[in-house]
Amino acid sequence: MANLALRNLVKTYGQTEVLHSISLDVEDGEFVVFVGPSGCGKSTTLRLIAGLEEVSSGAIMIGDREVNNLEPKERDIAMVFQNYAIYPHMTVKKNIAFGLRSSKASKVDKEARIQEVAGILDMVELLDRKPSQLSGGQRQRVAIGRAMVRDPAVFLFDEPLSNLDAQLRTQMRLEIKKLHQRVGNTIVFVTHDQVEAMTMADRIVVMKDGHIQQVGTPEEVYHSPANSFVARFIGAPSMNLLPAELSAEGLTLAGKVLDAGRWAASPVGKVLLGVRPNDLYIDEIRPLFEGRVSLREPLGSETLIYVETEHGEVIARADGRMPPEVGATIGLGARTEDLHLFDAASGVSLS
Amino acid sequence: MDNIAGKKSALSWVVNLSVIALVLLWTIPTFGLLISSFRDRDQITSSGWWTALSASERNVIVRAAAPDSAVKVGDVWTISGSVLEGASGTVTAFGITSRAPVDFAPGAVATHRNGTVITVESDGAYRLEYAEEPEGGKGQRLFVTLKSAPGVTLENYSQVLFSEGIGRSFLNTFTVTIPATVIPILIAAYAAYALAWMEFPGRTILIAVIVGLLVVPLQMSLIPLLSLHNKIGLGKSYAGIWLAHTAFGLPLAIYLLRNYIAGLPREIIESARVDGASDFDIFRRIILPLSFPALASFAIFQFLWVWNDLLVATVFLGNNENQLVMTGRLRELLGSRGGDWDILAASAFVSIAVPLAVFFSMQKYLVRGLLAGSVKGG
Repeated sequence: MANLALRNLVKTYGQTEVLHSISLDVEDGEFVVFVGPSGCGKSTTLRLIAGLEEVSSGAIMIGDREVNNLEPKERDIAMVFQNYAIYPHMTVKKNIAFGLRSSKASKVDKEARIQEVAGILDMVELLDRKPSQLSGGQRQRVAIGRAMVRDPAVFLFDEPLSNLDAQLRTQMRLEIKKLHQRVGNTIVFVTHDQVEAMTMADRIVVMKDGHIQQVGTPEEVYHSPANSFVARFIGAPSMNLLPAELSAEGLTLAGKVLDAGRWAASPVGKVLLGVRPNDLYIDEIRPLFEGRVSLREPLGSETLIYVETEHGEVIARADGRMPPEVGATIGLGARTEDLHLFDAASGVSLS
Repeated sequence: MDNIAGKKSALSWVVNLSVIALVLLWTIPTFGLLISSFRDRDQITSSGWWTALSASERNVIVRAAAPDSAVKVGDVWTISGSVLEGASGTVTAFGITSRAPVDFAPGAVATHRNGTVITVESDGAYRLEYAEEPEGGKGQRLFVTLKSAPGVTLENYSQVLFSEGIGRSFLNTFTVTIPATVIPILIAAYAAYALAWMEFPGRTILIAVIVGLLVVPLQMSLIPLLSLHNKIGLGKSYAGIWLAHTAFGLPLAIYLLRNYIAGLPREIIESARVDGASDFDIFRRIILPLSFPALASFAIFQFLWVWNDLLVATVFLGNNENQLVMTGRLRELLGSRGGDWDILAASAFVSIAVPLAVFFSMQKYLVRGLLAGSVKGG
């Protein structure tokens, strides 16, 4: 098996550059998730890796081979598409076997391989059905089976769960993760759903406008976002970002001066103060913000409260059993280590 | 609420009525033609096809046997025989003068003014009795009303198929139609795939040219094409008409198929490519099976058009027995046997039987969506 490397990858359509010199190394057997809003270039990157689009400049390495000019079939990859793309006129078995046609294995070996894959995906009894007789989840499993059967160096998943309903999505998420632990192939997974990214990835690649914003483990991108975009994009509900100013006296937040703490050495100027809703707690003694509760969103174990403060609206997480009443004035506090500071102009993290 | 859902607009009645009217408009004559083709000439001329299931009555004039066939039985001279002369049916009335042709019931005794006693039984047997030996050259005129049972005959078909040459023309038409349907589909399917999914310079212009060719009237190219055929030695031959029909059918075929194939989900083709399929594999294993509804609908169009074609066949095929197609033969029959409805009905039905069979056996492909299950919501 092989690792995957992108070297200064650029993709242009006519005059428009949609991928701006992307570089990334994926370790052998790693589960990497590309995440970003739509139009950020994550699917384009995947299609470049698959060989469905031509590379404008830069290089894609699979193993030690540069695959820029190879046909998809010569790249030792397999791809699963968002809308399954299974062949409607073939049975499940023929669909899975389609990927094996070019392999030189004997008929017996191929049959054994199909049965093995069907066993792993728990669809042995579905092998003789036509796709139209399958549910959405089963169809996606067929698509995964067709990819798996070839045992490729790299699996490419292009938003494979987006077409499934919420419950099925959660279930398939787990199944894909289990599958990865079991077969151990390198997986590149594209999604716009940060929850999918967080739950499945070994490493997350956050993209925006054709640039990689941050590459890191789920913990890294969540706890130390590289910039305000990543901070806002990862985590639900998203991080509160409030305008503040860093000066010689400390951190000024709407007239209130806080100790600059670990940012004392940072350059002064306008900044954004970031704090995640679940790092906020109700603190009437030394509150960071004070405000009136305008809205509650009960989620069962917890309740999201929207608090109108003088800095703008702040979302906080409160106890699910005894949330503050709408209209109540409350104070919210946070630990200094849970605060994030970003440069107001560039958005780059100041930690 | 009732003006939101479930209320049919008045227009839907118009639609339904129009559909019913259209269906009646073409099924009733077809049905009539079918029934007529099974009736014999007398039935066709004496009554409409809608009476085919009830017994038909007709008035006929028969002459009894000539007087010299009279035999003396006892002291009277008698002539006997049957008015049916071998045909089937029953006599419901008879008469002996043209003024009163239905005056007597079967079995009744009519006395002619010259003294002849005449009886006609319902089974058609007649008996004339003369007191003296009759004279004269002609037999007695008998006016008979015959009722014949609804008869079905295959006589018309056997006549047109085996003695009027329709059978031969039928085969000739098949010889023209089948290759002229298959060849354009084969070419158009390849072209459509290339125009839909393969990137090459000038593709858009090529598509535009093909769409442009749709509006070229074929009459314009008949003579140049025929003189070309003569120059290259094809002359008036089957190969020539296959090529001509192929050429005339290709623009529409490519256009229809390209639109259908371009509408297939891109992911299916990309997925096959990632799975290691070459362009030819994708075409053969994925595109062709999925395009079957489009191929079938074009095949129906082309088949019907070629089957019913007279113009192209007249220009590109000869007029001899080995090359005359159905439409040409029907035209000849109309000229030579214009009054023989029995022949014409059977011939016409032979010529529409195949298009009907093709339509009814293939029409499910026109409506069946083969894509069900390929993509989300498909």
